[in-house]
Amino acid sequence: MQNTVRKLFHFMLSSARDLAPIIAVIVFFQLVVIGQPLPNVGQLLIGVLFVLLGLTFFIHGLEQGLFPIGESMAHAFARKGSVPWLLIFAFCLGFGTTVAEPALIAVAAEAAKVAANGGLIEANQASMDNYAQGLRLSVALSVGIAIALGVFRIIKGWPLQWFIIGGYLLVVIMTMFAPPEIIGIAYDSGGVTTSTITVPLVTALGVGLASSIKGRNPMIDGFGLIALASLTPMIFVMAYGMIRL
Amino acid sequence: MSFSDILMQIVETIFATFTDVLPIAAILFGFQFAVIRKPLPNLGKVLIGFLWVLIGLSLFLIGLELALFPLGRLMAKQLTDPAFIAGVESAAQLTGAVQQLAWTDYSWVYIFAFLIGFATTIAEPSLIAVAIKANEVSGGTVGVWGLRLSVALGVAIGISLGCYRIVVGDPIQWYIMAGYVVVVIQTVFAPKLIIPLAYDSGGVTTSTVTVPLVAALGLGLAETVPGRNPLIDGFGLIAFASLFPIMSVMAYAQVSEILTKRAHKS
Repeated sequence: MQNTVRKLFHFMLSSARDLAPIIAVIVFFQLVVIGQPLPNVGQLLIGVLFVLLGLTFFIHGLEQGLFPIGESMAHAFARKGSVPWLLIFAFCLGFGTTVAEPALIAVAAEAAKVAANGGLIEANQASMDNYAQGLRLSVALSVGIAIALGVFRIIKGWPLQWFIIGGYLLVVIMTMFAPPEIIGIAYDSGGVTTSTITVPLVTALGVGLASSIKGRNPMIDGFGLIALASLTPMIFVMAYGMIRL
Repeated sequence: MSFSDILMQIVETIFATFTDVLPIAAILFGFQFAVIRKPLPNLGKVLIGFLWVLIGLSLFLIGLELALFPLGRLMAKQLTDPAFIAGVESAAQLTGAVQQLAWTDYSWVYIFAFLIGFATTIAEPSLIAVAIKANEVSGGTVGVWGLRLSVALGVAIGISLGCYRIVVGDPIQWYIMAGYVVVVIQTVFAPKLIIPLAYDSGGVTTSTVTVPLVAALGLGLAETVPGRNPLIDGFGLIAFASLFPIMSVMAYAQVSEILTKRAHKS
């Protein structure tokens, strides 16, 4: 118990250090550049305290929960030796963490509005919802496929750069043909999918897998799942834009 | 904001975080019990860990929404305000002054973009997670702070360059394609061990803290500069923020390799 408290205190100090730059930047610009006093100092202090505690608890939970479960499941699957189950698990993890992602829901709704304003789809609620739903599903599908593909890559030991460079080549080619309205949203969707809970979990899964398969190096083979998961949505969203229009 | 508003917000955020985590937990435990069929070692500890993550993330988001986001958004708006940039007081002079602005008049915007990009990346929880893991896996060769600082530097450069692009109005594709060419060349020369991690750091950066502030900056700027479309130009910044860390992390590895070699020689 005393150990936990000491650890939490240690985490809290490093959280304070992590947050110091952002507070410094905002205070400097508010007071010096814009030349206005800080509004609502009380609320500001409470907010900063919450952020500090939140980051501390999150990092603590990361090492207690998210990292161990990601790794222990990777080891268990490697020992079980069933590649199909592992791939199904990887797909579900990618799909499941993305389809309910609030940031994605917001971007999809925004995209539907853009499409309706541009006259690409009918400007009524039903067709906009339909469009947003389709977009969400295609992004979630692409992330599921990306994680499954990335896990298969780890098993086979293929070099990551061929996937990434090939994928970006595809993005560049598709950019030339996709409707201009969808391009900004497509580029954006890559960043939206990788949430704060997914990243540690998927990283632990990849590293755990690479370290339990013989002949794989966790540095070279374990990382790269996130990169794939932020690449495929761009391809799928542009494809969605091309098919739907 | 009154106390009851804050309380409402806390309840809402915790609820939203729970619904966010629920599918993930369902998949994990579903596969654990149905497919792996072995009891999880340290089940209690893992569950408590999940609870810490939930509470932590909720508090983090509430705090950001209470303190940093409103101020950051307001700041982005004020810094990109035509009157502030043109340095005029009256509305009558404003339209003429805005038309005559050169890209150099936006210097505070670039500085803010650089600093806020750097600062938000340092506070990004998912980057901290990846840095901890990378440090552990590499046996300490990849330093937690080395990685985080180089990613933050990449985001800072990317976002300020992205702001410059919005101001001058170049097509985004040129920058992104040129960036990818640099990435491909670096991939050939960078140490093999860093490449996957560098690619990953591109996706990691654009997360909870960075996206809302950067999006506000992009949208504000695109609204101010004559002839820009907020919907197209406002979103482009995120693409910059995920491209440049790839370069900076590979550069970090290249530089530290050169330094180690030199140290060995002497």
